[in-house]
Amino acid sequence: MLNVLIGVCLAYVISLFAVAFWAERASMRGRANWLRSPMIYTLSLSIYCTGWTFYGAVGYAARSGLEFVTIYLGPSLVMLGWWWILRKLVRIGRAQRITSIADLISSRFGKSNGLGVLVTILAIVGTTPYIALQLQSVTLSLGAFENSDTLSDNTAALWVGAGLALFSIVFGTRNLDVNERHHGVVMAIAVEAVVKLCALVAVGVFVVWGVLGGIGPVLSEIDASKVATWDVNGNRWIALTFLSGAAFLCLPRMFQVLVVENADEGHLHTASWAFPTYLMLMSLFVIPIAVAGLKILPIGSNPDLFVLSLPLSLEQDALAMFAFIGGFSSATSMVIVASLALATMVSNHIVMPIWIKWSEHRVREFGDVRRIILISRRFAILFIILLGYIYYWISGGGAALAAIGLVSFAGVTQVLPAMLGGIFWRGANRIGATAGLLVGFSIWLYTLFLPSLGNVYSAAFLAEGPWGIWWLRPQALFGVTELDPLVHALFWSMSLNALTFLVGSLISFPTPIERLQGAQIVNVYDHSPTQRGWSGRAAQSEDLMIMAQRILGVKQARALFQAEVQNQGGQGYLPDPTPEFLRTLERELAGSVGAATAHAMIGQTVGGTSVSVQDLMAVADEAAQIMEYSNRLEEQSRELTRTAQELQSANEKLTQISIQKDAFLSQVSHELRTPMTSILSFAQILRDGASLKGQEQSRYASIIHDESVRLTRLLDDLLDLSVLENGQVNLNIATGRVQDLIDRSIATVIAGDAAMQMQIDCKIPVDLHSLTTDLDRLGQVFINLISNAKKYCDAASPKLQISAHQSGSDVIIDFVDNGIGIPAQDRDFIFEKFARVGEQKTGGAGLGLAICKEIIARLGGEITYLSGHRGAAFRVQVPVNFHAA
Amino acid sequence: MAKTVLLIEDEVNIIEALSFILSRDGWDVVTHSNGHDANEVITRREPDLVVLDVMLPGKSGFDILRDLRRDPRHQNRPVLMLTARGQSKDRDMAEQLGVSKFMTKPFSNTEVLDAVNELLSR
Repeated sequence: MLNVLIGVCLAYVISLFAVAFWAERASMRGRANWLRSPMIYTLSLSIYCTGWTFYGAVGYAARSGLEFVTIYLGPSLVMLGWWWILRKLVRIGRAQRITSIADLISSRFGKSNGLGVLVTILAIVGTTPYIALQLQSVTLSLGAFENSDTLSDNTAALWVGAGLALFSIVFGTRNLDVNERHHGVVMAIAVEAVVKLCALVAVGVFVVWGVLGGIGPVLSEIDASKVATWDVNGNRWIALTFLSGAAFLCLPRMFQVLVVENADEGHLHTASWAFPTYLMLMSLFVIPIAVAGLKILPIGSNPDLFVLSLPLSLEQDALAMFAFIGGFSSATSMVIVASLALATMVSNHIVMPIWIKWSEHRVREFGDVRRIILISRRFAILFIILLGYIYYWISGGGAALAAIGLVSFAGVTQVLPAMLGGIFWRGANRIGATAGLLVGFSIWLYTLFLPSLGNVYSAAFLAEGPWGIWWLRPQALFGVTELDPLVHALFWSMSLNALTFLVGSLISFPTPIERLQGAQIVNVYDHSPTQRGWSGRAAQSEDLMIMAQRILGVKQARALFQAEVQNQGGQGYLPDPTPEFLRTLERELAGSVGAATAHAMIGQTVGGTSVSVQDLMAVADEAAQIMEYSNRLEEQSRELTRTAQELQSANEKLTQISIQKDAFLSQVSHELRTPMTSILSFAQILRDGASLKGQEQSRYASIIHDESVRLTRLLDDLLDLSVLENGQVNLNIATGRVQDLIDRSIATVIAGDAAMQMQIDCKIPVDLHSLTTDLDRLGQVFINLISNAKKYCDAASPKLQISAHQSGSDVIIDFVDNGIGIPAQDRDFIFEKFARVGEQKTGGAGLGLAICKEIIARLGGEITYLSGHRGAAFRVQVPVNFHAA
Repeated sequence: MAKTVLLIEDEVNIIEALSFILSRDGWDVVTHSNGHDANEVITRREPDLVVLDVMLPGKSGFDILRDLRRDPRHQNRPVLMLTARGQSKDRDMAEQLGVSKFMTKPFSNTEVLDAVNELLSR
């Protein structure tokens, strides 16, 4: 019998493997829309009905009457009345890419990893008894078939555990999916849901019509049985209904199927009536089976095994086998999903943070991380199932199934205040959540979990409290003695948990990221788009195309999509949005808009996920970088423009200089060639002219002489000017009187032209200070001005008036003649080189005043033309004491 | 009757030198020393050859030449241009304006006489 049983079990498990494998393949090919149907979703929720529900409900009914109904009532009320809570959870899960309940709590409270770790540990501790419970139910049910020693209880439990671990590892950690969805697992548990319902209904039908003889006799049997007469404890009913409802929301495995594996919010509508119906069918035959078991089976039979022992005692082996498979299904589906959910939490919140910290200085690659995640999940699954086995082994497998289940429920329910507060109350914060969780968890450990292990507390401890403090008695906190232990523990843990959470949140302040996350999660409907179905594949590709065109440009986007269509071997111009293609696209977009932005865009388009705060922050970082980069570019461009302008103006200056140089050379050439022309011409005349008169000869020779002098003077002036302009002039600073300097200058001019007609009138104050400057150079200027007056003054009796006076630290010397002066339009350029006024030919090259100007500038003064005089008037102004510039 | 050469030049020594060598060679030399009324003088005197400086007070030799060539009476009148501005662009300018011969100062006397003889086809 046992061998047959094991054989059937193996065959069943293998077929489950096959179903899961096939579902995975189908979903990878993207042909499994019906895998995501609302019915599959509803059936997957049935992991709520575990081995405990399958076997334990009957036992519960046999022991405590109708109270077992509360276990079904809680979830049904949640599904029917509070599906809007679920809808919000599902929406948040989608929008924030939540992977587990620990992730939800951690995300809501500012990505606090401490909270993630806390919830993970709480979930492991809370779930361990439950896994032990499943191992126990399978072991017990095996024992019901054969009371032999061929297989000890512990060994059987170990084998079952190993098998379940294998299944979870194979289908739960084969691949990493961004959304943490496991199509194979979901499909397998949906099949198991159908199997366990059919098995229980089959046993029920057999009992009602095969054993008790129809509905009428059943009702009378129920009335006669003590099952119906058990008094109903109001406190327990309320507490248990609340507990099962809360556990339905908080259990990690329920969160996994409800939120994480949910593919479409719309499925909740179906589940809201279909799941309560499923629960009703599961509970329909519990009372008849319990009544029949109590009536037919010998006193002392384990009521938890009535489902099996009833058909066995009536020699319905095949039915018993079916029932066993049903119970097996209940137990395995729970363990698989629970271990998977917990493994995700362990790897995401415990292993990864440690590994990332540890490998901070090492090069990280995506493949590396992926490998670490998968390995850590596999080990976590093994570890969790092993923990369950250890709990089973320590507790000895004796406690009633329902009792263990309720302890577990109460443990995970401690997350409820933080979860509900987190999604509905923006004021909730990390401090409050952490404190509430710690308080609730500690009370649960102290008042419920440790007592459930058996002999942890001594009788004295229980009766008098630790160190004799009576109000700390584990089962009578604060002197409340009249409550049932479970209700007592639940009441104190939940109320103090909620109170601490409330007070903690009120008296502390959230961090900015908490505020943001709080707003995102509490107002999730404002921040996420209406859910779109996964069926709109073409529409999705079209959206991707539109987005890609905006970013990459029409041509490049088309080319990319076309290449992918060919790659996929499809037709048309839109490829299927396979994960590979999405990755390629994301990479392409990242090249243009940055990785975080690309990720957020793809996520928004494909998953209908809204952008999380972290995404937004990454996007903002990227934008800031891009902005900084563009600022730098702008700055560079400004600099370039500036440089270009400078270059242009330098170029203009150079051109100007070049033009000036050209003009200058042209002038110099002209000034040199002109006297040389005369010299050359007369020299040739003299050389060839034998017939010249003596008078002519001497005249031509004197012309040659004068022109040569002119040439020499021109060269001297040019060199002088060049030296002055280049600033290479050596000044010979000395001190002398202005009067003396002017006298010497006049004497020099007269010496060059003894027949000078011009009268010079000199008015120098006697008290004028001595000058300290380059007296020779200043004298050169004076000589030049006097010579000019002599040359150009056209008055009948030319007269030059020289006057001087002091003005501050300067000496001013004016030279005014009585000629016609310089026309106003010429005054501006008389100090330029080669400037000549009028049509007079005086033999000068027009460099004199230019040289004067340079000299006076060197001496730190200024030479100007004085307007307002009738004749030509120049003013020289130099400092009394020369200061080197 | 000897042909007339009108010499328009402002440097007295150059006027004297050119007058001397051209007269000795047998030409009638007339001189004028500014640019203002040079064109009127040419019209009045109708010389067989104009020897023209560029840098003249009042009006540059280029302007005189340009106006001369626009006047039908002087379109074919030989003009020998002598200038101390010896850059190639000056030569280009003169040729563009229709100069008969362009020479830079300083010149050798025989060169000038050869040019004058050539222009007057003797």
